Amino acid sequence: MKIGVFICHCGLNIGGVVDIPKVLEALSGYDSLGHVTDYRYMCSDPGQQLIKDAIRDKGLTGVVVAACSPAMHESTFRRTTEAASLNPFRCEMANIREQCSWPHRGEPEKATQKALEIIKASVEKVRKNQELSPLSIPVTRQALVIGGGIAGMQAALDIADAGYNVALVERLPYIGGHMAQLSETFPTLDCSQCILTPKSSEVGSHPNIDLFTNSEIHAISGYVGNFDVVIRRKAAYVNWDVCNGCGLCMEKCPVKTDSDFELRLAKTKAVSIAFPQAVPNRPVINSEVCRHFTQGKCGVCEKVCPVGAINFRQEDAIIDRKVGAVVVATGYDLHPKTRVGEYGYGVAKDVIDGLEFERLNSASGPTQGEIRRPSDGKIPKEVVFIQCVGSRDQENGYPYCSKICCMYTAKHARLYKHKVPDGQPYVFYMDIRAGGKGYEEFVQRATEEEGVLYLRGRVSRVFEEDGKIVVFGVDTLSNKKVEIHADMVVLATAIVPAHGQTELARLLKISTDEWGFLSEAHPKLRPVESLTRGIYIAGCAQAPKDIPDSVTQAGSAAAKVLALFSSDTLSHTPEVAVVDEEICRGCGLCVEVCAYDARTLDMRRNLAVVNEVLCEGCGACQVACPSGATCQRNMDTAQVMSMIDAVI
Amino acid sequence: MVYSYFPGCTLRAKAKGFESSTLASCEVLGVCLEELEEWQCCGATFPLQIDNSFPLVSPTRTLASAKKAGRELVTLCSACLNVLKRTNHVIREDLDKREKVCAFIEEDYSGEVEVLHFLEILRDEIGFEALARKVVAPLSGLPVAAYYGCLLLRPPEEVGIDDPEAPKVLEDFLLALGCDPVDYPYKTECCGSYVVLQPGEPAMSPSRLVVESAKSRGAKVIVTSCPLCQFNLDYAQSGSVERGENAVPVVYFTQLLAAALGFGEEILQFDGHIVPPGLIFQSVGVGGCGGLT
Repeated sequence: MKIGVFICHCGLNIGGVVDIPKVLEALSGYDSLGHVTDYRYMCSDPGQQLIKDAIRDKGLTGVVVAACSPAMHESTFRRTTEAASLNPFRCEMANIREQCSWPHRGEPEKATQKALEIIKASVEKVRKNQELSPLSIPVTRQALVIGGGIAGMQAALDIADAGYNVALVERLPYIGGHMAQLSETFPTLDCSQCILTPKSSEVGSHPNIDLFTNSEIHAISGYVGNFDVVIRRKAAYVNWDVCNGCGLCMEKCPVKTDSDFELRLAKTKAVSIAFPQAVPNRPVINSEVCRHFTQGKCGVCEKVCPVGAINFRQEDAIIDRKVGAVVVATGYDLHPKTRVGEYGYGVAKDVIDGLEFERLNSASGPTQGEIRRPSDGKIPKEVVFIQCVGSRDQENGYPYCSKICCMYTAKHARLYKHKVPDGQPYVFYMDIRAGGKGYEEFVQRATEEEGVLYLRGRVSRVFEEDGKIVVFGVDTLSNKKVEIHADMVVLATAIVPAHGQTELARLLKISTDEWGFLSEAHPKLRPVESLTRGIYIAGCAQAPKDIPDSVTQAGSAAAKVLALFSSDTLSHTPEVAVVDEEICRGCGLCVEVCAYDARTLDMRRNLAVVNEVLCEGCGACQVACPSGATCQRNMDTAQVMSMIDAVI
Repeated sequence: MVYSYFPGCTLRAKAKGFESSTLASCEVLGVCLEELEEWQCCGATFPLQIDNSFPLVSPTRTLASAKKAGRELVTLCSACLNVLKRTNHVIREDLDKREKVCAFIEEDYSGEVEVLHFLEILRDEIGFEALARKVVAPLSGLPVAAYYGCLLLRPPEEVGIDDPEAPKVLEDFLLALGCDPVDYPYKTECCGSYVVLQPGEPAMSPSRLVVESAKSRGAKVIVTSCPLCQFNLDYAQSGSVERGENAVPVVYFTQLLAAALGFGEEILQFDGHIVPPGLIFQSVGVGGCGGLT
C-alpha cells in the first residue's frame, strides 16, 4: 500500500493556524507514505491535477486529502481519484479545517499537533479501505404530489409535461387550494380565478395526471425511487364516474349548512360543489348534516339525479400506488383568531380575517363582490386593517413574519377604495415589508395615490359598541392615541402550517420546525429538498410565501424530481452496514437503534438484514451489535482501532 | 380543603365585607382558610425598579411564613395576589435577589409556596358546577358586570389566573350564582389606580369609562376583587345617586357569593359605599336578596 497525503492550506483558513511545514516534516518518516505534499487550494484545478499526477507517477494506492469537511469536498476529491484510475473509496478526507484550524484559531501549536493526529488516523483508515463500487437502485418514474393548491398543481404539471405520470392527492373535493378563494392578486390586481382556472382545468384533463381529490395519504413506505403509497379516497356518496355535474341534487337538497369554501359567510347545501369553477366539478354529500345520514330519511338527491349517481352506501376507497418521488405541498391555515381575545374575533361579527375579506371581495363570493359587512349587509364606510395579528409576536403568537400580509393588506385597502370611493381604509402596521418585484410601488400607490391611511402602531383593543367596531390604537409616528369607530375590521392573521401537516410529516418521516413547517435540507442551497432523499417540498408547507414564490418553488421541486427520473437507476454509496450472517444471532438490537428504518429482522432465517438503500452509514448498529456481526464497510472495528492507535 | 390565608391590610380596614363574606362562604363550601400566624403588608405595589430589592422584603417574609405552615397560600385582594405572585416569581428565578433578600430577613426561602387567588379555589378545587349546587338564594337574572382590572391578570406569565385579553373566570363564577353576566369591552381596562388621588377630571376618566360602559350594556352591579378598583369605580359615581342618575353599586365578588349562599347584611357588610348596594338589590327585586335591604 502506497498512500499519498495532500495537505491543503485553504488560503489562510488552515495555513494561517496550522504549521503546515511542521506537519509535512513530521509525516516524512511515517510508515508507508508514498508521497506527502501541500498546496494553497487543493480543490482548485491545479490542486486536483497534483493529486492525479501523484497517483499516476508514484503509483499510489490510497489518498488522504487533509483539508475541509468531507461534507464539503469528499465527492470532489473522490472524482479526482477516480479520474486517475484509482478506486474512489480509497480516498479519504482528513478534516483539519472545521474540526481543527477554525475552532483552535488561538492555539496554533495545539492545532498543528491535532492536525497531524487527524491526518495519521485517516492514513490508518485508508490503509484498510476496500475497493468498493456504488450500489444501484431501480427508480419508479412516477411521482406523487400531496396537496392540490397552486404549488402542488404547478409541480404536478411540470412533472406531467415532462412525460411522467403524477398522482395528485388533495384532501378537499376540489383543487386550487386557498388561491381559489382569493379575489384579486397582488401586485397586478389580476383576478385569481382567471389565472387559476386554466391551470386547474389543465390539471384535471392532463393525460399524465391522476387526480385524487377528497383523498388523503393513508400510508407510505419505501425509499427514494421506490415508495409504496396507500391513498384513501373518502366516500363522496356520489359516483363521480357516472355524475355529469348537472347540479340538480344541489338545487333540490333541502338541508342548508355553512359553506366552508365561503368561510361560513354563506350557506351551501348538504350535497354541494364548493364553487362553480371547481375541478373536478363533482358534488360531495356532507354526511354530518345530510338528512339521510342524520335522520335516515329524505333521499331527494337520489330521486332527482338523472343518471343515478347518488350512492349512500359508498365506502372509502383504498388505492395503492408505486412512486419514485414525492412532492409535499400541503399549504397553510390561518392562526386561530380566538387566541387574540383583544381583537374580538368571533364576538363581533364585523371583525373578519383576510381570507374572509377575499370572499367578500370576490365576484363569485357571498356578496357578488360588493363590500358588505357580515352583520347587517351595510356597505362599511370606515374599515380598519390590522397587520401582524399573531405574526412577529413572540409572546402571544409566532416570532416569524407571515410575509404576505403587508402586500395583501395593501391590496385589500386599495380594492376597498376602488369599490367604496367615499370610504376610508386605515391600516395599522409595524413596518411595511414589500420586498418583491413591483411590490413597493404597489404599496406606495395605496399610501400616496389612493388615500389609504397608514398608521404605524399596534391596536390594543377592538370591540363592538352601538353598531360600530371601536378600535383603540396608537400612531407611534405622531405619538398619539387613536380611537376609530369603524364599520368593519380586517385582521391579517399569521400563517400556520395546514392542520394535519405534522402527522403527515411523521408518516413521511420528514422533519418539521418548531412551528410545524417542513424543514428543507439546507436553507440556502437545498431549499426544496427534505432531508429524506426523494421527498421534496414546495409552497407554504415549508414557510409562508406568496403565489410567485410558491410557483417558483414548485417548479424547482419538479426539476429535482425530473433529475431523479433522468435515469432508471440511482446510485447509492456502498459505505453502508453489512451483516456477517455466520455471526449474527438475530437479537434485533440493530433494528431498535436504526434511525432510518434500514434494519429489519428476517424472522425465517433469524438474521438481521440491511436495506442498503435506506442505510445512511451512521454506524449506530455497528456499535449496538453485541456479537460484532454488523460492521460498516470501510469503517470496520479493526479500522477504528488502528485509527485510535494512530492518535494516542 | 385547608389553605394558609393572607388577608392583607385593606381587608382589615376599608374592605371588611370582602373578608367577612369570604370566611362565611368558606364555611358553607368546606374550605378552611387558616390565617398566617405572622404576616405584614405586601407592599401594595410590586417594585418595578430592578436594582431595588428592598420592597421585596416584606412579601418574602410573608411567603417564608407560609412555607413554615406548609400549605398553599390563598389571598383575596388582587393587589396582594399580584405582589405575592410576582415576588415569588422573582425569588424563584433571580438567584441574586433571592440570596440578598433571604440574607436580610434571615429566612431560607426559594419560592416553594404556591400563591392562589380565592377565585382559583372556587374554579379549580370546588368547581363552579359544585358551587352552583350550594346556592340557596340564586341571584337569578341579576345583570352583573365583572371588572377584572389589571392586577388579577397581568403579567400573564407571572400572575395570570386567566386569559389576560379575554378572561372568563368571573363570568363563569357569576353564572354559577345564577346571575346574568354582562359583557362589556372595558372589563380589563385600568381603573386609573392611584392616579385618582390627583385632582381634576382626567384622573377620574378611566374609572368613569369603565362604569359607563358597564351601565350601557345593562349592568346593575359591578363586581371586582380589588379594593382599589372598588373604591375608584364607586368614587367615580360620587353624587350620581343624589342627582337621581342611574348608578351601579360596586361590590366584591364574594359579597354576591355570600348573598347567594343565603347570608344577610351582617355578613355582607356594605359599609362606606357611595352607591349603596342594598337599594339596587331591592329595586331589581332579586328573589333571594330580600335580606340585603
